Amino acid sequence: MKTKQKIDTVARDLSDEVHEANFIGAKMKSERRYAALGRDYADPDKLRETAGKIKQHTLEHLDQYLEQAEASFTRNGAKVHFAFDETAARQKVLDIMNEKGCKSMVKSKSMLTEEIHLLDFLEKSGKEVVETDLGEFILQIDGDHPSHIVTPIVHKNRRGIAKSFEREGLGEYNDDPETITRRARAHLRQKYLDADVGLTGANFVSAESGRIAIVTNEGNARFCMAANKVHIAMVGIEKIVPTDRDLALFLNLIGRSGTGQQLTVYNQFIGGPKRPEQPHGPEEMHIIFVDNRRTEVLASDCREILRCIRCGACLNVCPIYRQSGGHAYRSVYPGPVGAVLSPLLAGNRFPQLADLPKASSLCGACNEVCPVNIPIPDLLLRLRDKAKREGASEAMKGTPKLGMWATLCSQPSMWKTALTMGHTMNYIPTQLVPHPSAQSWQGTRKLPKFQGGDFRKWFKNRKKK
Amino acid sequence: MSSDREKIFSAIRSALAPLPERAAKPDWDNKLPVSRPAGDFDTLEAQLADKLAFASSRYYNDSQKLAELLLSEDSAFGYCDPELAPLFDKLEGITFETEYDESKIDEYRFGITKATAAVAESGTLMFTDRDTSARLGALAPWIHVAVVKKQDIVATVGEAISKFGDDPSIIFATGPSKTADVEGILIEGVHGPGIQVAFVV
Ligand code: SF4
Repeated sequence: MKTKQKIDTVARDLSDEVHEANFIGAKMKSERRYAALGRDYADPDKLRETAGKIKQHTLEHLDQYLEQAEASFTRNGAKVHFAFDETAARQKVLDIMNEKGCKSMVKSKSMLTEEIHLLDFLEKSGKEVVETDLGEFILQIDGDHPSHIVTPIVHKNRRGIAKSFEREGLGEYNDDPETITRRARAHLRQKYLDADVGLTGANFVSAESGRIAIVTNEGNARFCMAANKVHIAMVGIEKIVPTDRDLALFLNLIGRSGTGQQLTVYNQFIGGPKRPEQPHGPEEMHIIFVDNRRTEVLASDCREILRCIRCGACLNVCPIYRQSGGHAYRSVYPGPVGAVLSPLLAGNRFPQLADLPKASSLCGACNEVCPVNIPIPDLLLRLRDKAKREGASEAMKGTPKLGMWATLCSQPSMWKTALTMGHTMNYIPTQLVPHPSAQSWQGTRKLPKFQGGDFRKWFKNRKKK
Repeated sequence: MSSDREKIFSAIRSALAPLPERAAKPDWDNKLPVSRPAGDFDTLEAQLADKLAFASSRYYNDSQKLAELLLSEDSAFGYCDPELAPLFDKLEGITFETEYDESKIDEYRFGITKATAAVAESGTLMFTDRDTSARLGALAPWIHVAVVKKQDIVATVGEAISKFGDDPSIIFATGPSKTADVEGILIEGVHGPGIQVAFVV
């Protein structure tokens, strides 16, 4: 199949194994999501709409809420930091570690740290960093990247993982998922005990109380705040919600939307260092609010995407994601959310990712499942428009020139004349049409015979039943 | 040069300035996110027991039965919050320490600590720092037994949240630690407990 679009190329070249892993993984989570929301709520859409409005409201008053959050965390005894871009964000983490004489870090899953390439940076600065989420740990030992924002190794199978464990000296080859998990448990346990710093992300930040909420299934974020003395939370400024009360709505939605769980196993609410009487846990909490172009997105006409709570539901339901997998999006955020967010967060590299908004059939499924009701298809259209206006070459690749077509469609007489030639279509092999999309279409399907006839005439004379 | 803080705030303000109006905060009822119960239950405790099972946590109210579980899971030795020790110190074959010794992290097969509340609608156990005698005791052992008082069972997630107070660290646990990272296959007991018990008194 001939194709010029990068995402199509990746989808075409995926091995059957990886394709199947992506497809089944995504489909399974979608089905669980439908089951959970339908079982538990008479009108799940009401929840989605309300959650979307709360986040939109927060974003449109972000200066106030961020200020309030800063004051609340400070009141709770946490240290608040701000980082405008990725360089500042990475440096902040290193500075905190150096100031406290810390050498090693255990971290839980955070897409933001992927965004700013924190791991590489800290390792190059001589720090030991260990990913503790099982999936992220496997990615780390493989030097690989997540292909899904919730289940980062959906593209891998047990045989590959077993080989990696064997290579890393984590026991002889064994591809039983339970054995793999137990070995990781034993290996990481010592890391938790030895580490000086625990770093986490945050799924939500309550401005009123100065608490972050973190959701995990494995309990690794808990462990990142048990044996060590310093906790660093790295948070995008868009994660804020006004109050603790709002968390009841969001937590009920995020588990069901992402994995079909009523609640994710662990929901943690951290608002400062441990109590003095508590023997375990960090004596210091640092929270770093990171912008890294989020304010640019806020200034754009796609600001709704900042409502995203990273549940992954839009990836799971997306026919393009299911076929292509996450790596095809060449960026930290894949799937429908990534097709909007990644080009926006790319700054002046926008043209290089400007093809992503085209990786959608605009079927609308992403909007329908989104727990914060983001109109993703509308945003994709806005970005397609932006790409066109800016003449982003990546966006034009593989797109047929529509000039002739447009002229044809706007001139009734030309249109009619053209139609009389329709029958010739039955005799010209479509492979010969010098057009990539026509050719790839023809690669897998057959065009029905041109029947001719006049639709308007038929419509006027048809008998109403 | 302005600080990162100032840069961020001024970028937010200039991003929002052109908006003709700002989205209002929606009104919503506390009942909105409350899930439908899975059946008719006479008491919150009965609903909790049902939901605990649904979340693959275990429900116990009899210490003898709990001892049987511990023994069957090869977990005769563990850690227990000193205040809870009187509830469990007469169980045959079960021994524990009430002072958490970090060097025994892998020897403690069970940990018994207090739960501040339990949520009937979701089978969730809530732990605050104030009521947790040792974070590692609640997290590291294979079996975690959370002791919850009947009067501390609340109906909804929202009610549990309203009890946060000023505690710096609160955990909701809905089921045992688990993952489905490897081929979507569910495995319990990744980093935290493989068996989560609610012991209602
Ligand atoms: S855009 Fe919506 S559906 Fe997609 S990850 Fe974000 S919150 Fe979930």
